[in-house]
Amino acid sequence: MSHGNMNLTLKIWRQKSDKEKGKLVTYPVQDISPDMSFLEMFDVLNEQLITKGEEPIAFDHDCREGICGMCSMFINGRPHGPKRGVTTCQLHMRSFKNGDTIVVEPWRAAAFPVIKDLTVDRSAFDRIISKGGFISVNTGNAQDANNIPIPKTDADAAFNAAACIGCGACVATCKNSSAMLFVSAKISQLALLPQGKVEATARVKNMVAQMDEEGFGNCTNTGACEIECPKGISLENIARMNREFYVANIKS
Amino acid sequence: MSKLDSKIPEGALEQKWEKYKSSVALVNPANKRSLEVLVVGSGLAGASAAATLAEMGYKVKCFCFQDSARRAHSIAAQGGINAAKNYQNDGDSTYRLFYDTIKGGDYRAREANVYRLASVSANIIDQCVASGVPLAREYGGMLSNRSFGGTQVQRTFYAAGQTGQQLLLGAYSGLQRQVGLGTVEMMSRHEMLDIVNIDGKCRGIIARDLISGKLERHFGHAVLLCTGGYGNVFYLSTNAMGSNVTAAWKAHKKGAFFGNPCFTQIHPTCIPVSGDHQSKLTLMSESLRNDGRIWVPKKQGDTRKANEIPEEERDYYLERRYPAFGNLVPRDVASRAAKERCDAGYGVGTSKMAVYLDFKSAIARYGHTKAVTQGIHNPTAEQLKDFGKQVVEEKYGNLFEMYEQITGENPYQLPMRIYPAVHYTMGGLWVDYNLMTTVPGLYALGEANFSDHGANRLGASALMQGLADGYFVIPYTIGAYLSKEISTKAISTDHEAFVKAEKDAQAIIDRLFAIKGTKSVDHFHKKLGKIMWDKCGMARNEKGLKEAIAEIRALRDEFWKDVRVLGSPNELNPELEKAGRVADFLELGELMCIDALNRSESCGGHFREESQTEEGEALRKDDEFAYVAAWENKGDNNYEIHKEELKFEVIKISQRSYK
Amino acid sequence: MSSTSGKMMQSSIGKKLLMGLTGLFLVSFLIVHCLLNSFIFFNDGGLLFNQGAKFMATNPIIRAMEYVLFLGLIIHMLQALILTMQNNKARPVKYVMQGNEANSKWYSRSMGLLGTLLLLFLIIHLAHFWVKSRFTGLPGEDANGNENLYAVMQDVFHIWWVVVIYVAGVISLAYHLLHGFQSAFQTLGWNHPKYTPTIKKIGMFFSIIISLIFALMPICIYFGCIK
Repeated sequence: MSHGNMNLTLKIWRQKSDKEKGKLVTYPVQDISPDMSFLEMFDVLNEQLITKGEEPIAFDHDCREGICGMCSMFINGRPHGPKRGVTTCQLHMRSFKNGDTIVVEPWRAAAFPVIKDLTVDRSAFDRIISKGGFISVNTGNAQDANNIPIPKTDADAAFNAAACIGCGACVATCKNSSAMLFVSAKISQLALLPQGKVEATARVKNMVAQMDEEGFGNCTNTGACEIECPKGISLENIARMNREFYVANIKS
Repeated sequence: MSKLDSKIPEGALEQKWEKYKSSVALVNPANKRSLEVLVVGSGLAGASAAATLAEMGYKVKCFCFQDSARRAHSIAAQGGINAAKNYQNDGDSTYRLFYDTIKGGDYRAREANVYRLASVSANIIDQCVASGVPLAREYGGMLSNRSFGGTQVQRTFYAAGQTGQQLLLGAYSGLQRQVGLGTVEMMSRHEMLDIVNIDGKCRGIIARDLISGKLERHFGHAVLLCTGGYGNVFYLSTNAMGSNVTAAWKAHKKGAFFGNPCFTQIHPTCIPVSGDHQSKLTLMSESLRNDGRIWVPKKQGDTRKANEIPEEERDYYLERRYPAFGNLVPRDVASRAAKERCDAGYGVGTSKMAVYLDFKSAIARYGHTKAVTQGIHNPTAEQLKDFGKQVVEEKYGNLFEMYEQITGENPYQLPMRIYPAVHYTMGGLWVDYNLMTTVPGLYALGEANFSDHGANRLGASALMQGLADGYFVIPYTIGAYLSKEISTKAISTDHEAFVKAEKDAQAIIDRLFAIKGTKSVDHFHKKLGKIMWDKCGMARNEKGLKEAIAEIRALRDEFWKDVRVLGSPNELNPELEKAGRVADFLELGELMCIDALNRSESCGGHFREESQTEEGEALRKDDEFAYVAAWENKGDNNYEIHKEELKFEVIKISQRSYK
Repeated sequence: MSSTSGKMMQSSIGKKLLMGLTGLFLVSFLIVHCLLNSFIFFNDGGLLFNQGAKFMATNPIIRAMEYVLFLGLIIHMLQALILTMQNNKARPVKYVMQGNEANSKWYSRSMGLLGTLLLLFLIIHLAHFWVKSRFTGLPGEDANGNENLYAVMQDVFHIWWVVVIYVAGVISLAYHLLHGFQSAFQTLGWNHPKYTPTIKKIGMFFSIIISLIFALMPICIYFGCIK
């Protein structure tokens, strides 16, 4: 089973459940190929643990092509690791050097409690969306799609905001565990489209209220989220959300 | 009399659905409030169905194994969604979309279903735009279209290379809206482990809460399986790691017939396997074949680097074999041709299981055009290359970037290495025109059913089908069943059928832990995948399939004797989840081989080596095999075939040719 | 209206809005303060400066504004305290390894620390000047018969460690402004690809210039460039 020539020391957060305390546990791994993805390196480690009769490490992952937003590792102090614009599943071992020590922790935020090891509960995001991250149009209500012309620039901007995969890297890296980038991406997408304007007032108020209730921190504009976002969601969205919020509150 | 009744409405093809809609029984709003529907899966089909049924007034519970409904694997679809809008004024129509889909599926799909799919396709686009999906637009503000394989019109709507993501998030937002309104109860991190039948009707499911490990009983007047495809039976596929057959398989074991299980789509342009650590394969959009030329060296076992091989020593085998379509032959043809070259020893890369997809001539061609438009009449070679690169980057930049991230190679300088990979399963639970399986009250939607794509799916049709089923078909067809259920009171989950189903599910979990073997789940999954890929993959023959069946049986026995599942059942335990899924794949794999063995013709994604023309092309046998093979599970891995004859009343069947 | 606006100000965005607005208000004070103090660079023995100081001390509008200024300062500090406490609560378990240096500027993450340093400096600064001018009285008058605040300045800035404290305080100010200035605009919702780079440049220019001018005052006096 020789894969490659990298030997690494992993320090991985192990935690049985949200009720128990966790700690970093050191695992050496050998013969890692630089062509492996970071998660495939975890597969190798887990295989080793199973052989030894130790419980494998629980971590979230699904599509392994950078779009589902499920993978969520805090690697050497950064969400999704050192490379810009990628999720953990797209991070490859060639981004590391033979002999490196790699610290892997779960996303940490009061609103993202740890379920087990590196797996956290991000259902707060779903609850925020359920308060207004939609357009209230029942199936069958729609008019012809080309009846509402939308300037390409607006459509493109809405698309860029909609590219958010809801992974939570923004929260994870923010020193305040703020979810402003996530929330603002959805608010921006819908604020930029004529279809979304109808409910704009209620949307921003309700979503921000839910965001606060979930226990996320406040935005202090450090910009870390924008840098770490694997989909390049811009800080402009936060400013747009702020504007929407002020206007909504002035209006009603 | 066959046990299969497709319930296709009478009348002319174009009028069947219209007539059905106006005559199907309705459920009044007050009754809807007391009817409960369980939706398993939250992809395009599941999310759209759950949201729409809740809007109509039904009480809905929706289940997904991921941490959020938004993560379903529909999200990974890149290319686009077809719809017969004819916005381009290029002669598209419902009929043409219908025709292309039937032909693309190599005449193994049901006419009435496909026609319905084509006729609701336009409504899907309307619905998605209204719900805020940012589809690509032209400068005039109108929606943009692109062309896709297997068609001659531009009918594919898209959102950059992330169409699936945007459509899914649209459906998800509709679903979350209902969750907020309290009409849908969303059960994320829940996996369905069995269905519960009472008096011959499906009345609920057993689901495992993946965090606490507790088994739960859920009652529903009807159950919708929207659980996607089973490509992961091959271990390596473009599916998500969690994609599985368990829900569909458990339903199959409780009476739902499985239709055409061996119909698997192998996508020609994927990034090849880099080593035995590989956990999944990544697709490179089909659109790349518009500009890339596929080749291998003319010399067997050539070890030179791609750029060192001179033009005259390259074999552009698709252009050679299929001069009319060249690099743009359909997916199944392109995939088989790549396999043929690699098997014959012409493969490239370290594994020798890859072919080149080269953009050199596209870069040169675009470079010239751009130089001309820039008014540069005698550009340097360097300038030409730069210009060409710029154009290619505009068109495919994100794909090139993704390729470089995964392989560490720059595709602007070196040709891409690609190889076919399992992508989609056309087979699935057999359903009638109402999308109901052979178990009354149990429905299958989207990729989980077998219905619309025949033996080969055209690009940009999966998204269309998922949303058609969820948004526009099931809301009507479910009424035909539920209108007769209005007096059925919610059945207590203490009913003996629920108790027994839960006990059975628990028994499987206990058995898995009790084995205490020596090998990991992945070990078995990889072995199964290799058998399936080698013997039930792109090309199959009788001998191989028979061997595969024997090997799978042996592997299954070994699995149940030697698998090691650690941890406990009462916690988040991904190994246990995997074990349950692989156990089901080990049964499904055998059925796929049995089905492939039975179908001794080549059609679509199914290439039987015994059935080919002298030139090595697929040979379909319409007199013998123009039917859907619907398999009944007789217990203990015994299966009985039921045939649903496919009647082509409108379309004339003909052999496909791409020469 | 009052209840919704009350609600708005309790929300995370509302609190930040208040931070931004009070911050910008304090910036406006800095500009006035800096302009006025720059009179000492005329090197006229502080005559012009004392004239200005008199105006500031006697003009009723300015006097009223002094209360507003303190109010703004207190709100800015209290809000900061509340926000910091909330933010700490939002991450009860800290990371073992935190690599924020790769994605953000240290001073943008240290506004609380910089603000605290500024507060300490402010207390010293007020004790040096404001308390004397307002309560304990100033030593004599200048040639024009104005109260001689300039003389206090000369006294204070001839002690070397005071100069060091002032320079350190002003450096804290510079970094606090470097983030705070453009951050306030972002919070107000003013982020636009066309204008934001300009705002950021102005913010940087402003932070450096104003801090430099402030720093030059004690330095010049200490070294006797201004007599």
